[in-house]
Amino acid sequence: MRKKERKAVITFQNTTSAMAMEKLCKEQGLNGRLIPVPRCITAGCGLAFSANPQARFELENFMKESHIIYDKIYDIEI
Amino acid sequence: MIYFDNAATSLHKPDSVADAVFAAIKNMGNSGRGSYTASLEAGRSIYATREILARLFRVKDASRIAFTSNATESLNIAIKGLLHKGDHVITTELEHNSVLRPLYELESRGVELTIIKSDLSGNIKIEEIKKSIKKNTKMVICGHSSNLTGNLIDIQRIGKLCREEKILFVVDAAQTAGVFQIDVEEQSIDVLCFTGHKALLGPQGTGGIYVREGIFVSPLKTGGSGFLSFSKTHPDVMPECLEAGTVNGHGIAGLYAGVSYILETGMNQIREKEQKLMWQFYEGIKDIPNINIYGDFTTTNRAAIVTFNIADYDSGEVSDQLAEEFGIYTRSGGHCAPLLHTALGTKEQGAVRFSFSHFNTEEEVDIAISAVKTLAIEI
Repeated sequence: MRKKERKAVITFQNTTSAMAMEKLCKEQGLNGRLIPVPRCITAGCGLAFSANPQARFELENFMKESHIIYDKIYDIEI
Repeated sequence: MIYFDNAATSLHKPDSVADAVFAAIKNMGNSGRGSYTASLEAGRSIYATREILARLFRVKDASRIAFTSNATESLNIAIKGLLHKGDHVITTELEHNSVLRPLYELESRGVELTIIKSDLSGNIKIEEIKKSIKKNTKMVICGHSSNLTGNLIDIQRIGKLCREEKILFVVDAAQTAGVFQIDVEEQSIDVLCFTGHKALLGPQGTGGIYVREGIFVSPLKTGGSGFLSFSKTHPDVMPECLEAGTVNGHGIAGLYAGVSYILETGMNQIREKEQKLMWQFYEGIKDIPNINIYGDFTTTNRAAIVTFNIADYDSGEVSDQLAEEFGIYTRSGGHCAPLLHTALGTKEQGAVRFSFSHFNTEEEVDIAISAVKTLAIEI
């Protein structure tokens, strides 16, 4: 298994919000990708948006401006 | 890309399926809404699909099969249309949320629910079902195969038991329709719920429900039926009783092509190929250190699914790495089967599921084995 790295992981209330996040980030040229929600956040299924931890505040502002409703941002090693 | 998530949806479909959907979109009107050619063509295509499904499931009267959007809708129709306050229903820990959640919903409205426990291999004891039957037991509902482990349930035995006890037997065939023989007569199935987009090789948004003659299922939705327009109530005849509104004629045309392909190719050939690939994969990974495989592999008769974990790694991480580094697509996480995960001790970790199609190849399985080895050894 690959070496763990620090990531900013953003969770959402539903899949639709995660898809909206991916689309808008792509349009704005912001890096990151959808991953399965890590179990240290919640067991079960679902998608989260994983990005470089340095981009955390940029993404936070971007989500605010773009009216993307997210659940939480985690700074974790995955 | 190597696709091993066929238990979620089949991605490799025969070309005839896509061609049929394309032709339907170009040419079909709304079934039952006119006597002009385009409308009749839709009606004929939908009727032909009922007939071919009746042939597949050994249903004598094709009009007992109604189209729905998926197995979940069919299961909701069956559960909510047949159970009432005071009724008792028996199900198992192996079930998908499409069975469990509607049952929990009804439990909160006064339906009594018994859930048969799974053992550590993901099996249930049919005797436990028998022991749980009470005076007010109206229904036994279970899947033909677990979507998590691939273990098959002996529906013939349960069907016989239900028939003897005069209890309705409802089967969720989401994982087996199109691969395993389903015979509603021989297996004493009263209601069969199936989806079109998995092993039946049809498009997503297609599915159906078979209801045995003499059983009335209250519809989930009422509305347009194409006939009896001045009646204040929706027609109570099958299949239109359960098909309010325009059905997915375009998708159903594709489903016809999928089922035709299965009948032409032979269900036994399809199943044998899938199972062969499953065993190749199982044999290839079972002795790798740090691999935990779930389900019962002591029997050859099982759905083509191998579910496992690598040590205590998050199943999502394993699936993500398989996809990102090897181009191998699998499912991870909870698989919408919460009770079975709890029984198997994988509630937190989830599990990585490989589910095979006869369109997969031995070479693809070899690549997958070597990818799993790489990940497990790299720990």
